[in-house]
Amino acid sequence: MSGVAPSRVLVLGATSAIAQETSRVFAAAKARLFLVARDAEKLRAVAEDLQVRGADAVDACVCDLTDTEKHAALLAHAAEAWGGFDAALIAYGMLPDQQACEQDSAALRLAMETNCVSVIALLAQVAKILERQPGSVLAVIGSVAGDRARRSNHVYGSAKAAIETFAAGLRIRLAAARISLVLIKPGWVDTPMTAHLPKNALYASAQSVGHGIYQAILSPQAVVYVPWFWRWIMLGVRMIPEPIFAKLNW
Amino acid sequence: MRSYQSWGRYPKSEPSQIVPLYWLSEIQALCRLSRPVLPRGQGRSYGDCCLNNGGILLDTLGLDHFILFDAQAGILRCEAGVSLDAILRLIVPKGWFLPVTPGTQFVTVGGAVANDVHGKNHHRCGTFGCHVRAMEVLRSNGERVLCTPDRNVALFQATIGGLGLTGLILWVEFHLKPLTGPYIDSEQIRFRKLEEFFELSADSDKSYEYTVAWVDCISRGEKLGRGIFMRGNHSTRPVDPQPEKNGKGSLLHGFDAPEMLISRATMHAFNTLYFHRQRRDTLSSVIPYDKFFYPLDVLRDWNRLYGSRGFLQYQFVVPYDRRQAVQEILQLIGRSRQVCTLAVLKVFGEIPPAGMLSFPRPGVTLAMDFPMRGQPTLDLCERFDEIVRTNGGAVYPAKDARMSAASYQAFFPAWQEFAQFRDPHFSSSFWRRVTAGE
Repeated sequence: MSGVAPSRVLVLGATSAIAQETSRVFAAAKARLFLVARDAEKLRAVAEDLQVRGADAVDACVCDLTDTEKHAALLAHAAEAWGGFDAALIAYGMLPDQQACEQDSAALRLAMETNCVSVIALLAQVAKILERQPGSVLAVIGSVAGDRARRSNHVYGSAKAAIETFAAGLRIRLAAARISLVLIKPGWVDTPMTAHLPKNALYASAQSVGHGIYQAILSPQAVVYVPWFWRWIMLGVRMIPEPIFAKLNW
Repeated sequence: MRSYQSWGRYPKSEPSQIVPLYWLSEIQALCRLSRPVLPRGQGRSYGDCCLNNGGILLDTLGLDHFILFDAQAGILRCEAGVSLDAILRLIVPKGWFLPVTPGTQFVTVGGAVANDVHGKNHHRCGTFGCHVRAMEVLRSNGERVLCTPDRNVALFQATIGGLGLTGLILWVEFHLKPLTGPYIDSEQIRFRKLEEFFELSADSDKSYEYTVAWVDCISRGEKLGRGIFMRGNHSTRPVDPQPEKNGKGSLLHGFDAPEMLISRATMHAFNTLYFHRQRRDTLSSVIPYDKFFYPLDVLRDWNRLYGSRGFLQYQFVVPYDRRQAVQEILQLIGRSRQVCTLAVLKVFGEIPPAGMLSFPRPGVTLAMDFPMRGQPTLDLCERFDEIVRTNGGAVYPAKDARMSAASYQAFFPAWQEFAQFRDPHFSSSFWRRVTAGE
């Protein structure tokens, strides 16, 4: 379905900055959007915004997606309401405090459940409803952090790496049903999640990343880096031998 | 990377903390913040009314949600951090336009209200604040106040033109203007002296919605006060199906140009070329609205052309019958060694301002850019202030980085009345400067 804008889009984690910016592009293209997020007030603000920005229809459902028990019912409801989806985007996550996770198993577990377990569980469930819709696209947000573990950020990185491995397998399965699975790997993005970090010239705006994801859903490839130059940065980073990489102390 | 300097990049400022805001439902109690706060949008104010040295800036750019758009009635409600360029992308294809627009589209709605901005249609439509139907203001005591022209009127009037000091504007609802198409039927007319400008302006304001003039502030003697008058109306020309271009090119990529770029010699050459650019005295054209309203937006960071010391903009208004003050000020520039790089002249209309501290008032306004060259530049502006005061005029706070407290208080006698509505937790570098000693 390359180049044809999907008309029914399911956005999971719809209040994240990257999800909002992606949805805004879909809204401007007059898509119908089914939004899921856990905070009712924020979700309402996003739904109103997308309606004004031109969405053909907006439906919103409050759900904490880290609760994997709820996935099946939620997706069944959404699929029934709209008769299926042409695209789905899984776009939530948190930036855990690495040091806290090293000390506290509960913090580590929460980070892995949010960024990894629930996302993988959701991928499996969304795949089930998209399978009935040949030509549809499933997009999930990974990270360049999953390409190589860093001393300072490997709780987050390993969760994203797990998503990549799972997605790669699922992609093979879905290909048989003519479903595309796109793994989006954003680099550094200026969002609320990174608001507390000092910024450098490699930081991209959430808006530009949203446009990149929209394009990636329109013309699906297996793995898409946004912005594109991260593909080459990460190629270089992956080639650094471990003893040297360790000394860089990233 | 976000810079928290002002557009003129003078004076330099260091906030103690930046608090980014993303959700109306999640703004933390402002009174719990330990220092004075100031809302901050795109930072397009030239001087220090968008700075809060040593204080806290509330970055409102994350408050960028639209709330409601009535495409039948032409009413838009959005959060305060939505910028005018985002609004235009939404409304122009639907046949609507901003009721009033300043010379850049990269300002937030909150900033447009807080500075009660004006545009080339002031003689017809007044200021931005004249078109606000309602807004919600969050005070530091946690109160959310709905302000309209009929409800909480005093706070409504204090907030329009209130420089962000009456509390945090959460959202704004305002009237749009119906549009016949995205083009402007424009005319550029050369004039050789100020009297010609005033004649052209008086004549054009009757039949043209938008009028403004560029003035050559470098040439002296006979050529003093020459310029190009621009006037326009919305065109009925249908839309060309052409790809959307975004005027967001970056010229300098975050670097300052060398200061020698702007000198009397280079500006004299530029002004002469610009004045003679059109062969005939009158040039008519149909141009896209963004080219007409926002010619400088094409270069996203043109302020960096002035080098690391930045620049000052001086904008004043004097009553129409005191318009000789414009000539006096141009002569003063001619006698100084300061280089006026850009000057824009307009006659304001009679529509009363919407805000307690609004700058626009009936008369003639001139805005001039000067590269900051230290004390001599400041001294020259001080002498402008004297002329403006003598003639019962005022200087525009949104552009100002240097006027004295005495001048400000003379220009804005309502400031004491306004002070009652200022939120005690809110302040800015500008406010501390112009109320120093109180």
